[in-house]
Amino acid sequence: MIPAPFEYARPTTVDEALQAIAAGGEDVKVLAGGQSLIPVMRLRLAAPETVVDLGRVAELRGVREDGDALVIGAMTTHSDVLADPLIQQHAPLIAQATETVADRQVRHRGTFGGALVHADPAGDLPAVALALDAEFVIAGPEGRRTVPARDFFVDYLTTAVGEGELLVEVRVPKLDGQWGMRYEKFNRVAQAWSIVAVAAAVRRENGHIAEARVGLTNMGPTPLRAGAVEAALSGAEATPEAIAAAAAHAAEGTEPSSDLNAQADYRQHLATVLTRRAVTAAAGL
Amino acid sequence: MTALEDRTEAPAPEVGKARKRKEDARLITGRTTWTDNMVLPGMLHLAVVRSPVAHAKITSVDVSAAADAPGVVAVFTGRDFAEEQGSIPCAWPVTPDMVNPGHPSLAVEEVNHVGEAVAVIVARSKAAAQDAVELVDVDYDPLPVVLDMEEAVAEQPDLCHDHLSSNESFRFVFDAGEAGTGQNTDEAFANAEVVVSRRFVQQRLIPAFMEPRAAVVQPQGDNYTMWSSTQVPHILRLMLAMITGTPEHKLRVIAPDVGGGFGGKLQVTPEEVITLLVARRLGKPVKWTETRSESLMSAHHGRDQIQYVDVAADREGNIKGLKVHILSDMGAYLRLVSPGVPVLGAFMYPGIYKFPAYRFDCQGVFTNKTPTDAYRGAGRPEATFAIERIMDELAVELGMDPLELRRKNWIKAEEFPFTTVAGLEYDSGDYDAATQQALELLGYDELREEQRRRRESDDPVQLGIGFSTFTEMCGLAPSRVLGSLSYGAGGWEHASIRMLPTGKVEVVTGSTPHGQGHETAWSQLVADELGVPFEDVEVLHGDTGISSRGLDTYGSRSLVVGGAAVVSASQKVVAKARKVAAHLLEAGEDDLQFESGSFSVRGTPGTSISIQEIALATFAAHNFPEGMEPSIDADATFDPVNFSFPHGTHICAMEVDTETGFVKIRKYACVDDVGKIVNPLIVEGQVHGGLAQGIAQALYEEAIYDADGNLTTGTFVDYLVPSAADLPHFDTGNTVHEAPGNPIGAKGVGEAGCIASTPAVVNAALDAVRHLGVTDIRMPLTPERVWRAIHSGGDGGDRATAGSNAYGGAQTETTAGVSTEASSLGGDR
Repeated sequence: MIPAPFEYARPTTVDEALQAIAAGGEDVKVLAGGQSLIPVMRLRLAAPETVVDLGRVAELRGVREDGDALVIGAMTTHSDVLADPLIQQHAPLIAQATETVADRQVRHRGTFGGALVHADPAGDLPAVALALDAEFVIAGPEGRRTVPARDFFVDYLTTAVGEGELLVEVRVPKLDGQWGMRYEKFNRVAQAWSIVAVAAAVRRENGHIAEARVGLTNMGPTPLRAGAVEAALSGAEATPEAIAAAAAHAAEGTEPSSDLNAQADYRQHLATVLTRRAVTAAAGL
Repeated sequence: MTALEDRTEAPAPEVGKARKRKEDARLITGRTTWTDNMVLPGMLHLAVVRSPVAHAKITSVDVSAAADAPGVVAVFTGRDFAEEQGSIPCAWPVTPDMVNPGHPSLAVEEVNHVGEAVAVIVARSKAAAQDAVELVDVDYDPLPVVLDMEEAVAEQPDLCHDHLSSNESFRFVFDAGEAGTGQNTDEAFANAEVVVSRRFVQQRLIPAFMEPRAAVVQPQGDNYTMWSSTQVPHILRLMLAMITGTPEHKLRVIAPDVGGGFGGKLQVTPEEVITLLVARRLGKPVKWTETRSESLMSAHHGRDQIQYVDVAADREGNIKGLKVHILSDMGAYLRLVSPGVPVLGAFMYPGIYKFPAYRFDCQGVFTNKTPTDAYRGAGRPEATFAIERIMDELAVELGMDPLELRRKNWIKAEEFPFTTVAGLEYDSGDYDAATQQALELLGYDELREEQRRRRESDDPVQLGIGFSTFTEMCGLAPSRVLGSLSYGAGGWEHASIRMLPTGKVEVVTGSTPHGQGHETAWSQLVADELGVPFEDVEVLHGDTGISSRGLDTYGSRSLVVGGAAVVSASQKVVAKARKVAAHLLEAGEDDLQFESGSFSVRGTPGTSISIQEIALATFAAHNFPEGMEPSIDADATFDPVNFSFPHGTHICAMEVDTETGFVKIRKYACVDDVGKIVNPLIVEGQVHGGLAQGIAQALYEEAIYDADGNLTTGTFVDYLVPSAADLPHFDTGNTVHEAPGNPIGAKGVGEAGCIASTPAVVNAALDAVRHLGVTDIRMPLTPERVWRAIHSGGDGGDRATAGSNAYGGAQTETTAGVSTEASSLGGDR
């Protein structure tokens, strides 16, 4: 189908992009790969006045190290994330989750930052960013600010990125020590969104779980941390029984939606099963 | 004497060779003409305004804003064409008193399903036409919406068409006792020791062909040429002439390369009619191309039946009778063969088994949904599912092995030809041989052992094995039989062979391909018959101006009917060429032998003339037999006396994750008997594609309407067509029992995989969890349904009818324009 008419800007720097957004009128959409935006525009479910295409902003692409953190440019494509050795080394959870995003064609166009700002609860990367305590660097007319992941995802399809602002990069702390990670995704066909997914990172020490971080995908309007599971795992023995007992708390405090693929109670059940599996795998059992 | 010096090594026959398809390079790279590629000088573009409501009176249509929009040339409503649009034809009145409410291409008084065409924009560009769609203002006065078939035929239902007295279109009954092909069914059941009854749901499916539909019409004086992405250019031409009053000889219909159909383009569509009417009204070339959303919503759907199945047997497992009652959802209107779909299945419910008694009773029901019609298998998948599922249920009831029960009751190899209780004469086959081979391909014993281990250890992942020992009737087909079923056309097929002066060969076929590989298979047939190189054969098709007679492609008919016509025409060419050869070689016709494309005189080495040389001699016609017209071209029309009955055994091994309900096919093995195989690669491809679609019905695909009649699964995010990544490796094999009913000995293969696989998959899943108390799971076997069936009983229940993850919660059913509160997507969004 053909989108409704719109203005189109293709800046080459972040500053130009911010100017284009400011000048774009009432309803500006940022095109960061377009794998979600273009379909809804073609279905005429979205009809922005202006589209600002970040495809030529070179400074937003790439992965680099900055001390204890990895810095991932917002316009780094999923396939570039997958191929990046720093990601593989320091944040394999991101690589695992990215590998499950849609299909190869989408991963070549879709971007890391685009997926995070779109903040679809069924998207794979928000829960991973939350589990890894990532920080989001947002540029605006007043300069740059950094928002922690727990404050970034505000509501359904809504993030801390305000009007006139732009996500420029995501800082992911390198996890030191013996961390194991696992992204456990549940969907019906290979290229589909998550019905539920669980991102787990586990640090083991002396046969025990010293620390665990568990992010939940599609268990509410925003990605969630399974706080009760993390608390139960902290200091627990690294045994299947202890992990299963902790994972039973995975749905606590969640309010998932009901849709064609799953009603809420089934999603809550899946969360406990997937959490157990993700943590078990991350713990190396 | 020896003829050795006279003979070069005869080339290997083309039939049987795994030739790569000669048409694939252009089809796969897209370097060809699809209908939407057509660009004509001055061509205008159409966009269709569609109803956003399922059932309403149209109180007013205001097109003024759209008509004034930039680039818009005209806007037409149903009223503008009311006198000339006629009704979309239904060519299969299955009973004399079948009720047909009439089907305007553009709605005039009322709309009866979401997506029904209400107005059409004509504009100078596609974008301008699309932009103006939103400017048409239609007022609807809503009427009650009829969606549920069981409610629709209950006491005092709301009516889908308020000028009719009920929601029933027809009631078609076949009773073997009355027909004289079996015993009294009621008596068989009354005397039976065991009766098993089940209600199965065949969910609604969407054909989802790769290339969306498109039509282009070019007027030239009072002649019209239509290009359409259709399976049936010949039928379309005839029907358009009958509907619109454009004389048949003034219409030419061309199906250029067509990107799939699966029955979904076996239709005369409202949009094709509209495109012709607009071109005729304006005298200008026009093009209509649908979007994928329009296609999913308004192109005809398939399946959608509720089946009440009863089987009777004795305690030893000897089957005594079968009763089937079907509610078949027609949707809002009758299209080309809508009522015929369940009737095609009527004769296949007994499957491969020797039932002494059988009764089939089908009600065609109107609902306010998109009309249903042919979809790969058309009636036979439904029948095969019902019989193969109920045989498993009977086996459970009797405590018998499901294969043992089948063996006990199926037709034995030595009993062919076998006349069934439904009156069909099955042509050939060996069910036991196919089954043995399939068991070996699967590695049956090992998997049964693993199943036992998993059960004993209470493994979270359970394993099951499911069978489908099927046959089907295809190769549509015998004109007399179709006539006896009140079908509105014959079932013959036509071919012509044209010998060109350089010895090249043109084959004109009336069977129009849309991806099957006709060009390759026909070339193989002709190469063998005429003894010419495969590369020297060109196959022409899909243009009523070139191929004047034909009945096109559906019902696995092309090779067994159309291919047979090609063989027959080839043989006529050889017969004519023989006369010319005899004249040129100065020998008697009877003294000639024809081998590897050359005629030679028996016992006279060194005298020969090739058929390609004869083609040149015929062109020149300088030295031709007295009294013979200078042509060796030939036509043939083939009309078989019987259907062909491919059969096979499909076995699925399925893993079920009892913690999540996720099902995964562990292994799939099938052995199909499709008679003589012309091209093993094409056969393999057809089987693979059929399996994918049959498995998709079992596990993935379902068209879902919400309570207001909006199609919730309106995009491919929600209507799940599996990709290669979701399907297992297929272990395939063949047995070969040639069909006696056509000169090739082939049986149809296009639908076999799709017909056979669905019950094997469901039976396998049930076999994995039956010990947990599960007796049925509703298709498709979504993880949630499987999980609920395991943990809460029942068949997994219905799914939430609204709500989707698609597009970040954006509503997907609103392509037509509006949504209501009740249709808004579920959850907390």
